[in-house]
Formats: sequence, structure tokens, C-alpha cells
Amino acid sequence: MKILEPSPNLDRRSFIKKVLNGTIAGSLYLAFPIGGNTLDLPEQIPGIKGKPYDIQNQEFAFIVDITRCIGCGSCCVADKREYNVPDGNYRTWVERYVKGFSDEIYVDSPNGGLDGYQTPRDDINEEVRDTFFVPKLCNMCKEAPCVQVCPVGATFTSPDGFVPVDEKRCVGCAYCIQACPYSVRFLHPETKVADKCTWCYHRIRKGLLPACVQVCPTHARKFGSMKDETSEIYKILKGPGVLTVLKKEMGTFPALYYKGARREVI
Amino acid sequence: MDVAHGSTAALISSYVFPNDLHVHWSMMIVLYPYITGLVDGAFIIAALYYLFDVKSLKPVAKFSLLFAFAFLFWATIPLLLHLGRPERNLNMLLTPSPSSAMAGFGYIYAVSMGVLVFIVLFVYRPQLVELRATSKGYLQLLYRALTFDSIDLSEKAIALDGKIIKFLVGIGIPIAAVLHGYVGFIFGGVKANPTWSTPLMPVIFLFSACVSGISAIILAYIVIRKIKGRSIDHGCIRTCVKTLTLFFILAFTFEMLEVFSHSYLKSGYHHMVEGLLNGPLANSFWLWQVKLGSVLPLAILGVMGLIKLKDTLYSSLAAIVSAILLIQVLIMRWNVVIGGQLMSKSARGYTEFHPEWFDKEGILAVIAVMALPFITLFILSKIFPFWSQSNTSKAK
Repeated sequence: MKILEPSPNLDRRSFIKKVLNGTIAGSLYLAFPIGGNTLDLPEQIPGIKGKPYDIQNQEFAFIVDITRCIGCGSCCVADKREYNVPDGNYRTWVERYVKGFSDEIYVDSPNGGLDGYQTPRDDINEEVRDTFFVPKLCNMCKEAPCVQVCPVGATFTSPDGFVPVDEKRCVGCAYCIQACPYSVRFLHPETKVADKCTWCYHRIRKGLLPACVQVCPTHARKFGSMKDETSEIYKILKGPGVLTVLKKEMGTFPALYYKGARREVI
Repeated sequence: MDVAHGSTAALISSYVFPNDLHVHWSMMIVLYPYITGLVDGAFIIAALYYLFDVKSLKPVAKFSLLFAFAFLFWATIPLLLHLGRPERNLNMLLTPSPSSAMAGFGYIYAVSMGVLVFIVLFVYRPQLVELRATSKGYLQLLYRALTFDSIDLSEKAIALDGKIIKFLVGIGIPIAAVLHGYVGFIFGGVKANPTWSTPLMPVIFLFSACVSGISAIILAYIVIRKIKGRSIDHGCIRTCVKTLTLFFILAFTFEMLEVFSHSYLKSGYHHMVEGLLNGPLANSFWLWQVKLGSVLPLAILGVMGLIKLKDTLYSSLAAIVSAILLIQVLIMRWNVVIGGQLMSKSARGYTEFHPEWFDKEGILAVIAVMALPFITLFILSKIFPFWSQSNTSKAK
């Protein structure tokens, strides 16, 4: 039996034609998207993605559950990577509280808890009764003293309850840093303007959770909308449990609440 | 410092919030209230003469105005050196936030400067008119501008000058009070800092400002006259010292009242404030500000006020007391501005401050900024004679 195979066409002209056709076809992929969009993630905060954002009718809250925090530092790492936070400055940090039987409190936060708490404290000369971790971040105060003192209006309260910093307007006077009772602000060493935790506003606007909330392995950090009655935030805040805020006597009315907070936490 | 309070947190281990380690308001922010304080104090002396007719102050009246002007002229420099973005400083004038005390700076400074410039021009108008007559070219153009192109030195014109000066000094006093008082409020309005937040802060700042300014006038007057080999008007020194004593008693009383009432009330974070004053600031506050800087001058002023002393001894003591008080006010500003930031908002620890030499807010910068007004004063002395003489042209 004779098998007839067509002989391959090996001349230069057809080769160039094939390459050219392939390039044109391939370059169409640049014009027409075919998926792989990293923002096409499932929504984490219901009701935001794909809908017009009503900035006047939002109410978000952040809850930190101290009974769940294990001091792993994942939140600090995620935050540092999200914003390229310069070393020595902290948008969020985790504190370690150790209570002895004499009721003395030992607090520390080596590198803001960024490395996790790998080793116990070796400088405590009494038996340890209790220990817990306290994450700290911007309290997004409803009556923020930082907003009150900013001379140029670079920091202000947005209609949806956030307190951002306009880095194009800030003059770097550091008054807001002095005025914050929670020490969450710092002066960025490179841009020389004030900086702080923003509750990942750019992620929230896309229906994503703040980075620190998303990576927390024990769900110690919680975030959600008070306008959404199915959210965990709504249920906790409207429920019977005890929620506290930091430095209540300052009259700042934070939107950051602590669940299971201890009286030693300042 | 290791005190346990029943239901509140016991303070033991030194814990400073991670963002509290760095002291943000550095030496330039110590210097700014000091400079505006000198302006205020010098202005008080001028006001006592021009508005309240305290004739014994005539020898230093004009000098005080120029002294105030020389320092006010450079008052913005420490602030510009402090700002992270000084090129945006006009934002304070363009988009001021009405709730911020600091936003008042641009307007308050502009008004103060305007009023002070006009006072100086009206006080020196006769001399400037004479200088215009004897000069030529661009210098004459300058003098014409400075005298509003008028050569009217008639009795009626001089009388009107006097009225205008009285009016300007009259509105100048509250303006000067706001110029330095608002700085006190910048600190007093910060509830987050227990050492700063007190209604007494603007009052303490104002009174100690007057102390520094009057001391500066006394010391500068004595030193400059001694260098030039001229006589000192002892009656003038006595009046200045009496005014200084009054303001200093008030300033010291309020400073101590602040500390002792907190220590008695024992509310809030008082243990942190006490820990600060008895710990990191023990020397700076109790030794330098209180004992050497306040109690010692009070004793000297007491002797000067109660015992009849010879003029030369009196004036020598006046110079010594003035020098001590000038340093005391600077130390007080340091203790408030930098000392107040040493206390962490964690209420559990203190951080440290180490002044740099070559920083834009460093020691050399401080020396340069304090030198500039004196250089300006020297230049001004060539245009505006300091001391009232019948023969005025370029006399010093």
C-alpha cells in the first residue's frame, strides 16, 4: 500500500506568512480581555461590588476580638506589604500583655508584632497569671481630634465615616500626630506627610475586606457594614455582648470596638 | 512610678506605643513660641510708654518696637524649617480649617506684622522725613515710601501721629496677646496629651512670654549701652524690673499651680505626668526651670524690690536676673514642647529625645535662627536710631 503524504512546504515565504498570521492572531489577545482579572474575586462585603456606591448612606464598623488574637502578626505583615509601610512606622500593630499574680502588667510590642511573638518574655520575675494580645489600628473616630486640629483640612471625615489623609494637601506639620490619643498616626519618612491606617478604603470600595481582616487566621479582626443586617458586625453590635472602645473619656466616639477587652488595655 | 491603682491599670514595664518613639515636634517648635514670646514682651514695654504714658520707659520705647519687629520678621522661619512640606505652607492661608488653632497662624501673623510695621513707621516718621531730605536717589525713594510721601511735620501732623500711634498700639495689645496666646492654645487644645491639655496653657505661655520679652529688653539695653560706652537710664531699668517682677510672679504662680493642682487632684494620667517630672525631666524641670530659673530670680527680684540698692548694683542685678529669666523661659518651652512628647500615650512609658547637630531642626539651625533677628536689629540700627536723641540722624 502506498501512503501518500503531502510534502511539507518549507519555503521562506510561507514561513513568514505563518509567523505573521500567528502574531496578528496573538495580538488580538491584547485587545480583547479573556479573563485573569485579579479584581474579579467573590465579594467579601455584600452590596458594594458592581453597584453604585452611595457615599452618604454608609456606616462601617471594625471589631477586634481580643479573645481570639494569637499574636501571629499576619495582619501586620499584610498591612506592611499592602502599603509599603516604612520600617519603624506602624499602621497597625499587635501588643502583648502579660499579667502576673501580683497584678502587675507587662506590655510590649517588639517591632509592632510584625515578626509574630515567637518567644515568651524572659524578663518577668514572677509567675504569669494571664496573657493576651491586643491588635491596634486607626479607630476611625466619629469625632476625630485629628480632623479638628488639621490646619489645612488635609485630614477630614468623609461622608461614609472614614478619616482619610489627603497626601497632596498635607503640609507635614504633625499636629494630627500629636492630637491622636491612640498614636496610630506617623509622619511618612519619604513623603514627609502624615499617614495612618485607612481601613483599606481602596479595597472596601471594591467590596473587599481590609487586608488585615482577610488574612487573620482566627477571625479576631472583623469588619462589616451596619447597614447590612445579615453581617456579623451588625449582629455583634446590636447583640447583648459587651463591647468597649479605647480611651472612652477622650470623647472621640471610635468606630473601632473591642470584644473581650480587658481593663488593662489603654 | 510603680504605683498600683485599684481598678485602673498598674504601670510597670516601660511600654511606649510603636509610633510614639519618635518626637515629632522638635527644637524649632520650642523656638517658635520663644520668638513670638520675645515679640510680645518687647511690645508690652512699648505699649506701656505709647499707650499708658509711663514716661520712665521713654529710653527703651523705640528700641522695644524695633526689637519686636526684628524678631517677628523671622518668626516664620522655625515653622518653615519644621514643616514636612514647607512648599505647601500657603495651604494654611488658602484652605484653613476653622477648627484648627494652627490655621490661625497665617492671618494672625499678617495682621501683627502689619500693625507693628505701621507703628514703627509712625513712631519714626519725623526721623525718616529728615533722612529723606538729606538723601538722594534710590535711598530717597525708599524714605519717601516709608513716610507715605509726606513731609508734613507741623504740630497738627505730629499730634495726629501721636493719636494714630496710640490707636495702633491699643489694637496691637490684643493682637499681640492672640499672636502668642494662640500658640498656648495649640498645646492646650490637645486632649490626647495630659501635660499639654489644660485651660491654663495660653495664660502660662502669655505671662512667660512677657517675662522673656521684658528681660530681653533690659539685657539688650544694658549690654548695647555698655558696649557703646553710653550711660544707662536707671529709672527706666527700675520701671522695667518692676513690670518684669509682676509678670514673673504671675507666670511662676500659674506654672506651679498647674503642677500642684494635678498632683493634688490625682485624676486621669497624673501618675504619668508626675513620673515625667520626677523622671526624665527631673533635672530640666525641678533644678533648671524651678530652682535655678525661678526661685533664684524671685529671690533676687525680691531683694531688688524690697531693699534700697544703689543704681549701679541694681542695674547689674537687673542684667543678671534678665539673663537667667531668658534662659528659664527657653527651658520652660523645652519642658512643655519636648517634655510633653516624651510621655507615651500608652500611659506606660517614656521615650527619649536626642538633639541633632546638623538636622534642619538641629542645634546649628537653632543658633542660626536665633542669630538672624540680632543681625536684623543691627541693620535696623543703621536706619532707625534706637535711642531717643534731639540730634537723631544715624545716632545710636
